[in-house]
Amino acid sequence: MDFATLLQILDSTVRLGTPLLLACLAGLFSERAGVFDIGLEGKMLMAAFCAGAVAAVTGSPWAGLLAGVAGSVALGMVHALASISFRGNQLISGVAINFLASGLTVLLGQNLFHLGGRTPSLMKEGRFQPITLPGAETLREVPVIGPVYADLISGHSILVYLAFALVPLSWWVLARTRFGLRLRAVGENPAAVDTAGISVARMRYLALTITGVLCGLAGAYLAIALSAGFVKEMTAGRGYIALAALIFAKWRPVPALGATMLFGLLEAVSNRYQNLDLGGVVIPVQAMQALPYVLTVIILAGFVGKAIPPRAGGEPYVKER
Amino acid sequence: MSASGALPRWADVALIPALNLVLAFAISGLVILAIGEDPVAAVRIMIDGALGSSYGWGFTLYYATNFIFTGLAVAVAFHASLFNIGGEGQATLGGLGVALVCLALPWPHWALALPAATLGAALFGAAWAAIPAWLQARRGSHIVITTIMFNFIGASVLNYLLVNVLRPTGSMDPATGRFPPGTSLPTLHDMAAALGIAWGRNTPANVSFLIALLACFLVWVLIWRTRFGYELRAFGKSERAAVYAGINPVRITLIAMLISGALAGMMAVNTVMGEAERLVLNAVEGAGFIGIAVALMGRSHPLGVLLAALLFGFLYQGGAELALWTTIPRELITVIQALVILFTGALDNMVRAPVERLFARSRGAA
Repeated sequence: MDFATLLQILDSTVRLGTPLLLACLAGLFSERAGVFDIGLEGKMLMAAFCAGAVAAVTGSPWAGLLAGVAGSVALGMVHALASISFRGNQLISGVAINFLASGLTVLLGQNLFHLGGRTPSLMKEGRFQPITLPGAETLREVPVIGPVYADLISGHSILVYLAFALVPLSWWVLARTRFGLRLRAVGENPAAVDTAGISVARMRYLALTITGVLCGLAGAYLAIALSAGFVKEMTAGRGYIALAALIFAKWRPVPALGATMLFGLLEAVSNRYQNLDLGGVVIPVQAMQALPYVLTVIILAGFVGKAIPPRAGGEPYVKER
Repeated sequence: MSASGALPRWADVALIPALNLVLAFAISGLVILAIGEDPVAAVRIMIDGALGSSYGWGFTLYYATNFIFTGLAVAVAFHASLFNIGGEGQATLGGLGVALVCLALPWPHWALALPAATLGAALFGAAWAAIPAWLQARRGSHIVITTIMFNFIGASVLNYLLVNVLRPTGSMDPATGRFPPGTSLPTLHDMAAALGIAWGRNTPANVSFLIALLACFLVWVLIWRTRFGYELRAFGKSERAAVYAGINPVRITLIAMLISGALAGMMAVNTVMGEAERLVLNAVEGAGFIGIAVALMGRSHPLGVLLAALLFGFLYQGGAELALWTTIPRELITVIQALVILFTGALDNMVRAPVERLFARSRGAA
């Protein structure tokens, strides 16, 4: 493998890892606040559809992005209503949201555009364009650093840079602000937070709103930055991989970056090579596709480190009277 | 599932699920209105297409057979407070079990092949549930996450085997070869014809439907008439109390999940052996997930599961007819399914709390 190929693979790792990263951070806020969210997939899908549809009609990626975030937040509020206000089962609510998105996107897409559930292909102006960072072309001639800067670091859409910026920001919010402390406390010991006079429900609603926004960014990225329009079931299990990455990262923002980029790399490699030949041992493409899930199961089993979820995760909070 | 002390039994068993269902269907109706179609006409087409002829019934019962198996699978796990979301993967592997059994021998008669294939399906399905079950029981890994992961791993395993191992030489299609003729199951049409009744020509409903009914009965016996079923329910109600009473939580978790996986796997007898007569990619087609809706709606009782599975069989066949005659795509059924899961599963308290208040008030007045 030469240097140029390596750069290409790493470049597509960043492209494919970005939606995973956004969705993983989305799940992080929800689960750190004590609400399980297996509906990441559905929220992303809804966001991808809304973004693709609105960008196709208006021709503006920003309008599409806004619509994507709105669609995702709307589903997030259904989840919040079921799991916070009505104290329903959070897992079941998540399953319902995934199916709701899977059905509604095709139903609405077919009804609006008559393309079998797709949204019309976006022209150049309807998508987020790659941004060339300053000096990328001048530096290209510098050995090693030049191509890395010009091809790998430069030339992504704004959402990619936003996703990477959100990693330290999420860490800072969770670890260094009062809001973050309260959010984590609500996920570990809601009764204590309640005693301190802070509304558990309000904190969890806020957390799920953040989750909705981040899932919205992830879905919009898929439809109007990575591809040119929405396609039926275009998330293709990415919400679940993000969930796997979240466990892999043990519910922490910086490791989330590593986990999602690792899973992005696996996807990039399996897209490029049908069967990977490692000097005699041939790894079939299916093994690479299954690897994120296998790794997550191993982590969950606690054989390599232990993944301990937030303590109050999955339990509705019932205020004592 | 919330405590049911405040309500009379009939309200808990029938009224609340009915109200949940009414809400789910009302919103589905609004969705149909929103896309500019007539909900009443849609319901008429669905009833006509799914229940108006023995042809429609033949498909309705075929789909219902799948949902009975996957619904029972989820229900058995629910009784132990385990959420088995991996029915999809377990049914996928069950299909592999069926295919291996059917292709292994030149079966002389279906009556011999059927029990063997059922066993194969159950074993493979149970095996696929075994690792998540063991991890939950021994290592505390959350079963919901592990079974989701195993759905994806199962799909990859089957994909690999079909493309690289089981595909007949020269074929481009990632599928096994045809099963030998001796494994061909009699359809309900054949069986009715043998009794001199013309019923359900060219429909895939087959003898596995009867196995599904038998499975309903056996699950009822298991849960309410055996010592193990008692332990299972006790464990599901309160793990700590069950452990105090000497019930081994590891054993219960393992056995409950093995049974659950076996039931999900047995679905493949209907689809792989009864209908396709070869193993293709994605033979499960989401039936594993519909089991969740079916179990929730049927309140995890085999009779409820049977009724809910029939309802979903009707929705499936009716939805196909809708897609044929109107501009409403098949995905409407996915929306209805989602709403049923949402209202019967997650938003149960929304209906339950006001109904409980109503009953409390009328009791207070009396």
